Amino acid sequence: MLAKRLIACLDVRDGSVVKGINFQGLRNAGDPAELAARYNAEGIDELTVLDVTATIEGRRALIDTIRRVSEQLFIPLAVGGGIRSMDDARAIIEAGADKVSLNSAALAQPPLITALARTYGSQAVIVAIDAKREGDKFEVFGRSGTTRDTREAVDWAREAADRGAGEILLTSIDRDGTRSGFDCELTAAVSTAVPIPVIASGGAGTPEHFVEVFSSGRADAALAASIFHFSEHAVRDLKTFLSDRGVPMRLDW
Amino acid sequence: MSIALVDYGAGNLTSVLKAFRAVGADVRLVSQVSELEGARAIVVPGVGHFSVTASLGLDWHTTIRGALDRRIPLLGICVGLQWLFEGSSESPGTPGLGVIKGRCFRLEGDVKVPHVGWNGLDRTTRPSRLLDEVPTGSSAYFTHSYAAPVVEETAAATTHALPFSSVVERDLVFGAQFHPEKSGRTGLRMVENFLRVVREAR
Repeated sequence: MLAKRLIACLDVRDGSVVKGINFQGLRNAGDPAELAARYNAEGIDELTVLDVTATIEGRRALIDTIRRVSEQLFIPLAVGGGIRSMDDARAIIEAGADKVSLNSAALAQPPLITALARTYGSQAVIVAIDAKREGDKFEVFGRSGTTRDTREAVDWAREAADRGAGEILLTSIDRDGTRSGFDCELTAAVSTAVPIPVIASGGAGTPEHFVEVFSSGRADAALAASIFHFSEHAVRDLKTFLSDRGVPMRLDW
Repeated sequence: MSIALVDYGAGNLTSVLKAFRAVGADVRLVSQVSELEGARAIVVPGVGHFSVTASLGLDWHTTIRGALDRRIPLLGICVGLQWLFEGSSESPGTPGLGVIKGRCFRLEGDVKVPHVGWNGLDRTTRPSRLLDEVPTGSSAYFTHSYAAPVVEETAAATTHALPFSSVVERDLVFGAQFHPEKSGRTGLRMVENFLRVVREAR
């Protein structure tokens, strides 16, 4: 049976891991390569390196960080942040990433999704959607959650899938950094609307939150950062907890 | 003498190269059929659409079949496994190598397609050198929409609504539908097992 995936996100700035609280207030939490190796040993299913400040400050994800992280890592590695062109994506993939995650660039130039999917395959293309509740709708925001887009999250996810995205990384801006649980309603709305896997993000605080997002949220994978970084809940313990509650998990690593 | 990793434009091969090198293999990228000469083993990777394998035309078919006759091991990964079969409904006009009988089909049912993530390898009764010390139920990382049928050569099967071949093996022909280079320790074990086959083939 296909396991639900746990993905650790390394928010990276200037080669160091940081974690944003509602995309503000960053604090240092270590070396990305060291953290990646630790997560791999603990049984994480996948890693995402996100250059958190890339879009705002015009930075590109650090190629050197990707090289170091991917050196001894034989699980999938996704990289996002500041990818605006085929050349940006190529540099990141050649450095060792298996997938690139597009957010603002996909909103600004949707054909880039298709171009990347044609060159590297859909499995290499994640479209990241940052969504916020506005009344009974979920509005899309770009540029690290600072700029409201005209699109609605479910429609945009459908379009991204049609254009060749292989996965959707869906972040609730309302929940991000709050540790109050994933937005299961948002996740389910997107996950049932698209044929491709949906990775839920934003709000992980307790092991129960993961049970909820995999059941009522219909998520295929869940991504978190701080809950993993500071060892409040080791990956191993979380996997055991979820498995005991009937969530299919990869337990051999 | 090294292992030839065939680069025919089907995606990025950095991860495959890294995994082979991590277990001590001498591996090089090969994009011309003439460069297969002298290879101790041939690896056909692949992601994406089956039609991409059309660039592995008749000259590749002939040379790779000839290599098998000379006891050169062959490993297909992902679309590379599917290519070992006769063809795929994903691209009906593109012939596979055809060293294993059967045609690949689209996964469908009450599940998401593509099939992305970690799933179990259910070993069949068929002995497998590729799966040496890989117990049944071991997890591997998949990402694909089409799959090969379960046949006599199936050494492990996996089910995503429909059962399909996750590992095939017959003499020196090997195939993995998942990505050994992305399947953690289990995947590296299989790459090591393939290297042992290569060493023992001569």
